[in-house]
Amino acid sequence: MADVPQNAPEQCPGTQSEEAGKSSACAGCPNQIICASGAAKEPDPAIEEIRQRMTSVKHKIVVLSGKGGVGKSTFTAHLAHGIANDDTKQVAVLDVDICGPSIPRVMGLDGEQVHQSGSGWSPVYVEDNLGVMSVGFLLGSPEDAVIWRGPKKNGLIKQFLRDVDWGEIDYLVIDTPPGTSDEHLSVVQYLSAANVDGAVIITTPQEVSLLDVRKEINFCKKVDLPVIGVVENMSGFVCPNCKIESQIFPPTTGGAVKMCQDMQVPFLGKLPLDPRIGKCCDEGKSYLSEVPDSPASQAFREIIQKIQITCDTSAGVSREEETGEMDTT
Amino acid sequence: MSRMDDTEESDNLGGVKHVILILSGKGGVGKSTVTTQLALALNSAGKKVGILDVDLCGPSIPKMLNVESKDVHQCSQGWVPVYADQAQQLAVMSIGFLLSSRDDAVVWRGPKKNAMIKQFLSDVYWQELDYLLIDNPPGTSDEHISTVENLKKYKPDGAVLVTTPQAVAVADVRREITFCRKTGIRILGVVENMSGFVCPHCTACSNLFSKGGGEQLAQQCNVPYLGSIPLDPQLTKSLEEGENFMNSFQTSGTRQAVMGIAEMILTQTNDKHS
Repeated sequence: MADVPQNAPEQCPGTQSEEAGKSSACAGCPNQIICASGAAKEPDPAIEEIRQRMTSVKHKIVVLSGKGGVGKSTFTAHLAHGIANDDTKQVAVLDVDICGPSIPRVMGLDGEQVHQSGSGWSPVYVEDNLGVMSVGFLLGSPEDAVIWRGPKKNGLIKQFLRDVDWGEIDYLVIDTPPGTSDEHLSVVQYLSAANVDGAVIITTPQEVSLLDVRKEINFCKKVDLPVIGVVENMSGFVCPNCKIESQIFPPTTGGAVKMCQDMQVPFLGKLPLDPRIGKCCDEGKSYLSEVPDSPASQAFREIIQKIQITCDTSAGVSREEETGEMDTT
Repeated sequence: MSRMDDTEESDNLGGVKHVILILSGKGGVGKSTVTTQLALALNSAGKKVGILDVDLCGPSIPKMLNVESKDVHQCSQGWVPVYADQAQQLAVMSIGFLLSSRDDAVVWRGPKKNAMIKQFLSDVYWQELDYLLIDNPPGTSDEHISTVENLKKYKPDGAVLVTTPQAVAVADVRREITFCRKTGIRILGVVENMSGFVCPHCTACSNLFSKGGGEQLAQQCNVPYLGSIPLDPQLTKSLEEGENFMNSFQTSGTRQAVMGIAEMILTQTNDKHS
């Protein structure tokens, strides 16, 4: 993963490489002297600044999925709502999906703007104990597209992590776009000194989705990000008319449970498809408080509780990988 | 791209009549599904079709067409695509064919992805094709900018935008429309996928992800609406097993919807060239 700048000459060895500033491609590059001096190999000073900023954040959870549209933002929002239900907990949500931010809408904050204060950017608050930051708050209109290549996205993520004034918080939940690319690498690298609790991975039951999610788990292993567990979303649909359950996305290869066994990561639970979840997200409401008695709300609460327990136990202990099976059904 | 000498490059897209991009701001709305089903529908209309999968971090096309285990070969003109059928009417290229294990993660930042896409667009030996469908990852970032930049001289016919009905997805697709307008890509139309699910037990229709979002969006943004594709577990199952849904379920409403959309695309793209 050499760090090759966007405007680098062809064959640039990457600013972090041994050859930086010394290879034949470097001749004539305006940054050759900087690279050759080794200054570029120093860790980014932002990592230390972010570590300091994050000392006021107890737990950091990254929500990931290799596949798009499986419910990362829905889950992120409800994880935050669920924890924030306890008034003694301070929760924050950071949306690093730069090109497709859904968090503002899902949390009912469409059209809000970010304010600047002496201590940084102030998040937008849903409730007193639930703050949110997203690129959506920086756009002029809902049609605006953020047509950015990687380096610009990384710059904004760095700013989000370093310059947002969260205050003292218990949980920071980070929502990511699908894939294993710039945004994900940046979040992991910038937080490398800040002790991330781990990743919650979201999938749907069918193999086409699991295929991408396996890649995401391998990504976590490659970058040493502990996996808190996997959530299977959109698992089964109960027809409101005849009450019979249908598998809309059939788990032809055993679903997330089987994948978790194969890849030795904890399984956190299943969330059934309920059209009311999507509706609440469109309206920016919390499904957990709108329909608290449904099976899906129940499942949400169980999963949230498991995540909190994992975070609490891993906080005191050192960051060892948890491979124990957590059985749920 | 001015840095490379274009005249020296092999002109492998020269034999391709129509290039169509499949885009969506939102993930998991069915870009790859729509891509594969459209390709099969165009096949059955007698067209020779190619699919280029530029979703580098999450390639789904090989799985959906049951060609996961195939390898790409090299010939003097470039990479030979994988053919998904006996008659060689459906050619496929994806990064999935280049990975040693199906679970390998492609952990790449932008510049590496851009180089790969550039190679995909110049080095694949498609031969003669009626349609090349390019399946994109979600968003408006590196992959999209690179694809559009590298396609400029081939004048792509336009983009098909896929959405699901709910507001959260529609909001992201609206950004994609802005992307197309800024980059000068014609919008062939909007497809609404996963609209409605007919319960196989009682035939009551449930709108799992609400309804009508795609059509509204098309109206608001003044772009053609190509139609809606209902959720069909048989389709999802076919994709899981790599079966040809368009052939196997002739009577399905979902199949008819896809055929209708293919018809509209055929007329739209022919208009332009007549």
